[in-house]
Amino acid sequence: MTTRDILHETFSALTANKVRTSLTMLGIIIGISSVIIMVAIGQGAQGSIQANIQSLGSNLIEIFPGAQRSFGYGASGGRGNAQTLTPDDATAISTQVANIADVSPEVSGRYQVTAKGTNTNTSVTGVTAAYASVHNVQVNDGNFITDADSKNLSRVAVIGPTTASDLFATGTEPVGQTITIKGMPFKVVGVTVSKGSSGFNNQDDAIYVPLQDAQLFLLGKTTYLSTLSISAVSPDVMTQVQADITSLLLQRHNISDPTAADFNVLNQASIVSAASSVTGTFTILLAAVAGISLVVGGIGIMNMMLTTVTERTREIGLRKAIGAKRHDINVQFITEAVALTVIGGAIGVLLGWGASYTVTALGILQASISMSSVLLAFGVSAAIGIVFGYYPARRASRLNPIEALRYE
Amino acid sequence: MIEVKNITKTYVNGDNETHALRGVSFTIDDGEFVAIMGPSGSGKSTLMHILGALDTPTSGTYHLDKHDVSTLSDDELADIRRNRIGFVFQSFNLLPRATALRNVMLPLIYAEVPEKERIKHAKAALANAGLDEDRYNHMSNQLSGGQIQRVAIARALVNNPALILADEPTGNLDSHTGDIVLGTFQRLNKEYKRTIILITHEREVAEHADRIIYIKDGVIVEDGNSHDKRIISHAKRKE
Repeated sequence: MTTRDILHETFSALTANKVRTSLTMLGIIIGISSVIIMVAIGQGAQGSIQANIQSLGSNLIEIFPGAQRSFGYGASGGRGNAQTLTPDDATAISTQVANIADVSPEVSGRYQVTAKGTNTNTSVTGVTAAYASVHNVQVNDGNFITDADSKNLSRVAVIGPTTASDLFATGTEPVGQTITIKGMPFKVVGVTVSKGSSGFNNQDDAIYVPLQDAQLFLLGKTTYLSTLSISAVSPDVMTQVQADITSLLLQRHNISDPTAADFNVLNQASIVSAASSVTGTFTILLAAVAGISLVVGGIGIMNMMLTTVTERTREIGLRKAIGAKRHDINVQFITEAVALTVIGGAIGVLLGWGASYTVTALGILQASISMSSVLLAFGVSAAIGIVFGYYPARRASRLNPIEALRYE
Repeated sequence: MIEVKNITKTYVNGDNETHALRGVSFTIDDGEFVAIMGPSGSGKSTLMHILGALDTPTSGTYHLDKHDVSTLSDDELADIRRNRIGFVFQSFNLLPRATALRNVMLPLIYAEVPEKERIKHAKAALANAGLDEDRYNHMSNQLSGGQIQRVAIARALVNNPALILADEPTGNLDSHTGDIVLGTFQRLNKEYKRTIILITHEREVAEHADRIIYIKDGVIVEDGNSHDKRIISHAKRKE
């Protein structure tokens, strides 16, 4: 039998009972489309989590002070409270460690902030010009803090869009206004571009002031840093940079035992990979549930094919009597099963695509369809056709023509 | 030419042995029109299955055009059926979802004959079987019993077989339509020199053939010219 004849036979067999054919196909359609949707949603979630983390800064390594060690039997201070990081550490890192793009020394605290008659409590970060490039902060209106601002102790501030709307009435231009932080007046010189909030940490509700100002006026004449943020030149060198920084700081702080370090170095890549592994597990879970419905659909195909073989016993007998070989009958029934699953799979892919598109368009979630999941779905549906069509086809091809012709 | 030598067929069902054929021998020359006749349970169906290469004998040999058919595998038997035998069944066995023309083409589809030739051969076979041309593209469930059997005969003819086997071809037809179908067989035999074997239990049907082989309890009781009074009376007596 030529391929064309097989397809002709398949078409006429599948259109003979349209209701049954479409109901059987529905099982595969639901299975394939749910696999596609689930994987798309999972990958979308993974992508948006990664993007969120990336928005904190690219190739970011953060150094926090560790716990303050005390001598004798006293309890140690809380983690992060120690005054161990200095601007000299920052300079040493930027000059002695390779593959570093920028170093941003920071201090932070929460303060009461007031403007004309308005009042808010928000985080205030003392920064240098490097902060903007390390943390991907862009200014919408005005300028970011400059190195000159920091050196000259000029009392200027850059505020986030949420803080701006908290402090100033809509329509008021924030740049040029004066705000008061902990009793000290600061002139607003810029408003940052909105980054969106990630969980409890709203990056839009923030105020940036020059580092020296914050150390002198807000924290009270301290020279220590609360964070050192470092951006590496590429994601590949993160581990090396992290290791170099650790050994440099250990040496500078005269600590020989790495477990007793008075600082913590956090690598953004490890945060990303931890988050990715969570969403990855989640995606596998969703896909597994969808996969079960695919298997159920496959069993539906097998059920229909077995019914078909029984119903068409006489036809099979006739085909054999006029010279069809086992192989011909086998191919015919397997083709029918594969046609069912492949057509069902194609419709399922379109449906899944449509659903993912709708979810994305409605802004519910950023679902991303990958070509690999479409190809996989197609391959899987064809494989299901072969697997679940094999047994019925084999049964048909082994029918004895004499008995098949007598079958009532 | 068909040569059957001492064929037996035994069905074993547990401890029970059924001897459907107990040593049957005959020769049928090309262009003969033979009726194999016998009551039910006589073994004529078993003989038809062996002659039609649907089954193989337990012992003995069957040569169809010098090919030994008695020891072939399933797929080799399928080749023989496809190339050398045409079947006409009592219950017609047309594909319900296909046109008359498509039904007739079916054996050629399995023989992988190119489409153009297929249509040519199928139309010629339908014309030989006497179906009106305006019925060629009708679905088989839109045809009458007589028309269906003509399509079935055309299907048996289309691969230009050495042998046409008709198993009770008039069993599901009224006597008038049955006579027309039997007339068609006679015409195919006389005009186109087709070798035809008709399996039947009815004497009136068997009389349309030139030769009658009467079989009973798995052995041939009579074999002779259908106009021979002795054969006819024998058949009558057996009824």
